[in-house]
Amino acid sequence: MLHRRILESAAPATAAAGPATPSRRGFLLGAAGIGGALVVAAHLPGEAFAAGPAVPAVVGPPDPRPNLFVRIAPDNTVTVLIKHLDKGQGIATGLSTIVAEELDADWAQVRSDFAPADSKLYPNHFFGLQGTGGSTAVANSWDELRMAGAAARAMLVAAAAAQWKVPAGEITVAKGVVSHAKSGKSASFGQLAEAASKQPVPQKVALKDPSKYVLIGDGKLHRLDHVSKTDGTAVFAMDIRRPGQLTAVMARSPRFGGTVASVDDKAARAVPGVVDVVRTPVGVAVLAKNTWAAMKGRDALKITWDDSKAEKRGSAQILAEYRDLARKPGAKAARKGDVAAAFKGAAKVVEAEYTFPYLAHAPMEPLNCVVQLTKDGGAEFWAGSQFQGIEQPTVAAILGCKPEQVKINTVWAGGSFGRRATPNADYMAEAALVAQAYKAKGTPPIHLVWTREDDIKGGMYRPLFVHRVKAGLDKDGNIVAWDQTIVGQSFMAGTPFAAMMLKDGVDATAVEGAADMEYAVPNLAVDYQMGTSPVTTLWWRSVGHTHTAYAKEAFIDELALAAGKDPVEYRLAMLKDHPKLANVLKLAAEKAGWGTPLPAGKARGVAVHKSFNSYVAHVAEVSVKDGRIKVDRVVCAVDCGIAVNPDNIRAQMEGGAGWGIGHALRGQVTLTDGLVDQANFDTFEPLRYSDMPAVEVHIVPSQERPTGVGEPGVPTAAPAVANAVLKATGKPLRDLPFAKAGIV
Amino acid sequence: MVTLNINGQERKVDVPADMPLLWVLRDELDMTGTKFGCGQALCGACTVHVDGQPTRSCQLSAADAQGAKITTIEGIQGKVAKAVQGAWQKLDVAQCGYCQSGQIMAAVSLLSQTPDPSDGDIEAAMDGNVCRCATYVRIKAAIKDAAQTLKA
Ligand code: FES
Ligand code: FES
Repeated sequence: MLHRRILESAAPATAAAGPATPSRRGFLLGAAGIGGALVVAAHLPGEAFAAGPAVPAVVGPPDPRPNLFVRIAPDNTVTVLIKHLDKGQGIATGLSTIVAEELDADWAQVRSDFAPADSKLYPNHFFGLQGTGGSTAVANSWDELRMAGAAARAMLVAAAAAQWKVPAGEITVAKGVVSHAKSGKSASFGQLAEAASKQPVPQKVALKDPSKYVLIGDGKLHRLDHVSKTDGTAVFAMDIRRPGQLTAVMARSPRFGGTVASVDDKAARAVPGVVDVVRTPVGVAVLAKNTWAAMKGRDALKITWDDSKAEKRGSAQILAEYRDLARKPGAKAARKGDVAAAFKGAAKVVEAEYTFPYLAHAPMEPLNCVVQLTKDGGAEFWAGSQFQGIEQPTVAAILGCKPEQVKINTVWAGGSFGRRATPNADYMAEAALVAQAYKAKGTPPIHLVWTREDDIKGGMYRPLFVHRVKAGLDKDGNIVAWDQTIVGQSFMAGTPFAAMMLKDGVDATAVEGAADMEYAVPNLAVDYQMGTSPVTTLWWRSVGHTHTAYAKEAFIDELALAAGKDPVEYRLAMLKDHPKLANVLKLAAEKAGWGTPLPAGKARGVAVHKSFNSYVAHVAEVSVKDGRIKVDRVVCAVDCGIAVNPDNIRAQMEGGAGWGIGHALRGQVTLTDGLVDQANFDTFEPLRYSDMPAVEVHIVPSQERPTGVGEPGVPTAAPAVANAVLKATGKPLRDLPFAKAGIV
Repeated sequence: MVTLNINGQERKVDVPADMPLLWVLRDELDMTGTKFGCGQALCGACTVHVDGQPTRSCQLSAADAQGAKITTIEGIQGKVAKAVQGAWQKLDVAQCGYCQSGQIMAAVSLLSQTPDPSDGDIEAAMDGNVCRCATYVRIKAAIKDAAQTLKA
């Protein structure tokens, strides 16, 4: 999401993972003893991420507030405080691994806990506020967590040295045990925790050389949540039960942009269990003693909607309008060389148009949160909170309190795929509005719950996009000119991020992966045309790359076909300046047996792309039988820097492939006269068990700083499948989902 | 008043007869391991065992659940459950984990009835359980792993 521009300018991408030098990354450490526990936080000054947007530089004396990344308790547990939301991507495990590595902890003693919401203490250093997204969680935590772990280790060593009266330099730490070989003394972290908490915080720590890593890179490390997520005990926001809690469901306008004209709530109030019906600026909420009553109450509401400002077009009409726009010059997203002249000299011109539907995120856990207004005029939330730094001020503005009076207890989230990170804090703002509307009658905890239908019909979709692409080839089939126009809504427009992400009419998130094309194309023009609609849109797992990688990679195969070249060779010839892309492409091709014969009716397709500073290639193997396709196997190669948790990287690549392929097969949200046609998993059809191909993941060994893996596994999966189908059938798949072509 | 037998215990709840078992469990009994995913028998997140059969609790009314033996994720026990949960943990199947109670309940039913399932058996038993994180590759591997454990 806010990734590329910020990452590229901010992250010292080539810096090795070696020791932090104080001159380059001076830092302050704060420590406090709480209940005999050692707690450590590392404060990175702004310079480390100097080009990031307004990163608050935390300097000065140790912060007395509980600014904690590590807690070591007398019971010998090590708890790592996680400032990011874990919505399945495994970040609680990943961040804990980084701390545990520098601490030399035993993995069995490591726990995680979500950090309190506080953008000053826990900013995402790429955003300047607390929030999770853009596959940045490991990358932006890498320095501060290594430092926190190393500092805690140094304090344990200092405590042991003082107790045993031996030089600190002779003490070793391994697997959670502090030892002094000469005297034969040893102690657990727990035994030293209290004494360590009284040690001064080191002003300088040495970080491990990656060759010494024990936990980082260990493919057998289990996720910290692997037990609680198999016995039903993991707590999601949906599972929060507070005394006296009411459930609220909201009736929202069926058309985007519609508002409530009038409400008749008599029948709703008569439903047993319904407690109240309240009107808010975003809809009418039914509050009840349980979810069932709240849903029945909502069904009984009679609401007249004012559709005067609502979207009344169908998606087919929107698509037709975008196709027209794709033929007109737009805002300039990229310009290189002389495109017009190059086309004139081209031996062959190929043109294609790709269309992409609206898509819902449909995280498995529908949106929900619990809110309770507090006596000081603030509020306390329990939520799978992803953008604390937006949610706190947004809710504060609604309630008329200070952002810090909005306390958020972050809990496990049942998926997000971008949906829980909204520039307007949508469902949490809704909950605050409901609580405020009900306030005169009391301040019970209120659980605002979206149903699946609310979710599928509720907008915040991956925008509908049209790409028109035209390329000129020379007589040898080389690309001499590339002209692309991308049409779609900007979900940055009108948000706090617009200043950063929307420049000269170009939304960076709409053209990422296209404007920065890596293939050696000498003459390039990429335009953006902003579509507008009251339909709400949002980033969706891998954001712009969901469509730009598809258009680019599917078109490249069409060009390779026109040029009579092998798709892998064709790409490699254009990637001479991008060794990492070339490398993952070669690796995937080799592991997939590219070029080896397949049985009749089967074909392979390939795609390669860089997103979120990670490099991924996919080779898909597809069977075509009686005009229907089945994806049998996917081979994935990924370069994401140092592999912190290799098994989790594999899991994200498996899930990413499933996500990309599942939506390419059947995923779409369509509108008729402004009304969403889909409602639940029967009409918005998810990837199912029987659709899932075998997935094989190969991780490129690396000594470079780790990058993200939550999203980069998505962009190339679908075009690799499309290219396999092109190979098998000779027919390009230009309109998504593939079901439109009758082949699914 | 409805009387239900849940995980071997008699539970009396004062709910309307048409309230789905899912909401009785989650809202009345605070047994939140069983999840709400779609409310329409389309995702399997709410799967429980009713007299040993995998059942979508969002579609079974409290009234109709009376007299049956209901088992939820909180109550599964025995060799098969242990093998399944063990395999899930060994292979780190869960990502967000929200669908996994339902997946595990479906897998335990499958292996209780078919201890050595074919790929087709697994697909038939699991196709109704949606995982938005697409952990299907590992679900398959874990079911096979559990089947191996049961053979040993
Ligand atoms: S919640 Fe019952 S099947 Fe989805
Ligand atoms: S693990 Fe997230 S939905 Fe299955």
